[in-house]
Amino acid sequence: MIITNLETVPGKSITRHYGLVQGNTIRAKHVGRDLMAGLKNIFGGELKGYTELLSESRQEATDRMIQQAHSLGANAVLNVRYSTSSITQGAAELYAYGTAVTVE
Amino acid sequence: MYELLIFLTLLILGYSFGQISERRHYRSIIEREKQTLWMPVMTLKTVPPQITRCHTQLVSGNVVISIDFFKKFVAGLRSLFGGRLQSYESLLDRARREAILRMKESALEIGAKVIINVRIETASISKSSSRNNGIGSVEVVAYGTALSV
Repeated sequence: MIITNLETVPGKSITRHYGLVQGNTIRAKHVGRDLMAGLKNIFGGELKGYTELLSESRQEATDRMIQQAHSLGANAVLNVRYSTSSITQGAAELYAYGTAVTVE
Repeated sequence: MYELLIFLTLLILGYSFGQISERRHYRSIIEREKQTLWMPVMTLKTVPPQITRCHTQLVSGNVVISIDFFKKFVAGLRSLFGGRLQSYESLLDRARREAILRMKESALEIGAKVIINVRIETASISKSSSRNNGIGSVEVVAYGTALSV
């Protein structure tokens, strides 16, 4: 499966088009991490726990998108975009979307 | 009285630790930027013409950075009068450069030569509804397509 945020795959041509595929996940922070983040908020610096949490969740959103593309029979997802939004306090939604195609 | 004392302690702690960590972070950013300077990162969508056959892969890097107590306080004062919030500017600058560096490093691992169509996105993940309780942190994610020959 080719995942790219270009509109074409270099050296290959698109033969079929399946439309939009998407994946999302909503994650809440847990209390321990929040406590550490509160402490860090006094001293400043990177919040490693959050960094990991978000990159894991983004990976999961991407995996769901790939799964959807797979079930359509595509072999590539083009023009992938990510977006993040905070729904309620303490939770974030991570969303990945792209266009599923077959390339040859 | 006690509250004032606690507040001042927090300010001093925030100032000293915040300055130390910011300076250390900038040093490491500049060092790593020098090391990866040879790898071009572009926001163009087209593949450079000199690359004919290549393998593409999506790479990304993210970072969450928190502001310190002192800077938050200064920014709060500043927002009474308006104007530049320098303390937040350096926070976002550090976060963006760090995210781009992490993206570059993950591209290096897969042996890429160039990254094209880079997009940078910023989100405040912990927007709080109750004031003074929110965590002043920002997330930056940078992603792009790594081309390896």
